[in-house]
Amino acid sequence: MLRRRVIPCLDVRGGRLVKGINFESLRDCGDPVDAARRYADAGADEIVWLNISAGEERWPELLAAVERAAERVDVPLCVGGGVSSTEQARQLLLAGADKVSVNTAALDEPELVTELADRFGTQCVVVAIDAARSNGGWEAHAAAGRRPTGRDAVGWASEAAERGAGELLVTSIDSDGTGSGYDVDLLATVCDAVTVPVIASGGAGGPSDLVRALEAGASAALAASIFHDGTHSIAEVKREVAACGLPVRI
Amino acid sequence: MTEVTLIDYGAGNLRSLRAAFERIGASVRVTGDPAEVAGAERLVLPGVGAAGPAMRALRERGLDRSIRGSEAPLLGVCLGMQLLFERSDEGGVECLGLLPGSVRPIGWAERVPHMGWNDVTGDGEPAVCYFAHSYAVACEDDVVAARTPIDGRDVPAVVRSGRLEGVQFHPEKSAGDGRRMLERWFAA
Repeated sequence: MLRRRVIPCLDVRGGRLVKGINFESLRDCGDPVDAARRYADAGADEIVWLNISAGEERWPELLAAVERAAERVDVPLCVGGGVSSTEQARQLLLAGADKVSVNTAALDEPELVTELADRFGTQCVVVAIDAARSNGGWEAHAAAGRRPTGRDAVGWASEAAERGAGELLVTSIDSDGTGSGYDVDLLATVCDAVTVPVIASGGAGGPSDLVRALEAGASAALAASIFHDGTHSIAEVKREVAACGLPVRI
Repeated sequence: MTEVTLIDYGAGNLRSLRAAFERIGASVRVTGDPAEVAGAERLVLPGVGAAGPAMRALRERGLDRSIRGSEAPLLGVCLGMQLLFERSDEGGVECLGLLPGSVRPIGWAERVPHMGWNDVTGDGEPAVCYFAHSYAVACEDDVVAARTPIDGRDVPAVVRSGRLEGVQFHPEKSAGDGRRMLERWFAA
């Protein structure tokens, strides 16, 4: 049976792992390849790197880190954050990323999703959607959640899937960073609207939150701080998911 | 030391596969040269993306003839496994035709692509491996060495016939179980 996935998300700036409450106080936390390996060895089903580099000058460092990860990490790696062209996606995939996620660029130019899927295959293309509650529904936001687009997030999810996204990474802006749980209504609504796998993101405070996201229909649940801060381990989350009757890889 | 030759036909990143073979002690050559492929000791046919462009790339480089003419053990990975069969519904393309059977969409699955870790059960140790695909092989049982369940139906996960083997999953991304699969193929 297909297992539900547990995915740690690492913030990467250039070739370095960073942590911080906001962009002003980023702290260097070492080599993201070492961190990815540690998580893979601890049972992570996949690793997501979110590139939060300020500008282009960090791009070669990011590619070099992806190359080293491809050599040393034996679970899939998805890289996203600021990817705005098929050329950038090509470079990441050639460096060794298994999937590339796009967000703002896809909202600004939905044709990009079609081009990526045609060129590299749907299984490489993840569309990340940042959604905030608005008027009884959810609005898609661009620019790391800072720019409301006026687009219905669920409608955008459907369009992205039709255009060839092989997976959707759905983050609740309202829940992100709160530790009070994922937006389960958002996840259930998106999971009903599309037939591609959905990765839940934003709001995990403990293992039971990941369970609820998976019960809502998500194929995978992504979390960052609960793993990085050491409050919960991958194994602990997976034990709880299994205890609730959902299939996981132990 | 036995050398593994990864067939490079522009299908994308070979770094992970190369590293996975190096981790099990293989010496790895990556080449798109048809003569080198024809003379290789052990061949790996990788593949990411769609069947149509992949077959076109193999033909343009003359690699289809080298692969057909070779007598070396060959491992097809993911799309590389599908290309071993006669034809693919993905773009309606003729494939290498080394094994009888075709490639069909997994339209019955609840969610497509079939993405993530799933059981591989058959003639080897039971394993859980990483899959990422929207099409699967439909072929006679006699070449199927292991299967994987997708929403109530089994699809071939490992096929084997003579010098040919194919795996629908990505052993290079399947942690310890993938490593053991590569070790078994490499030692066989």
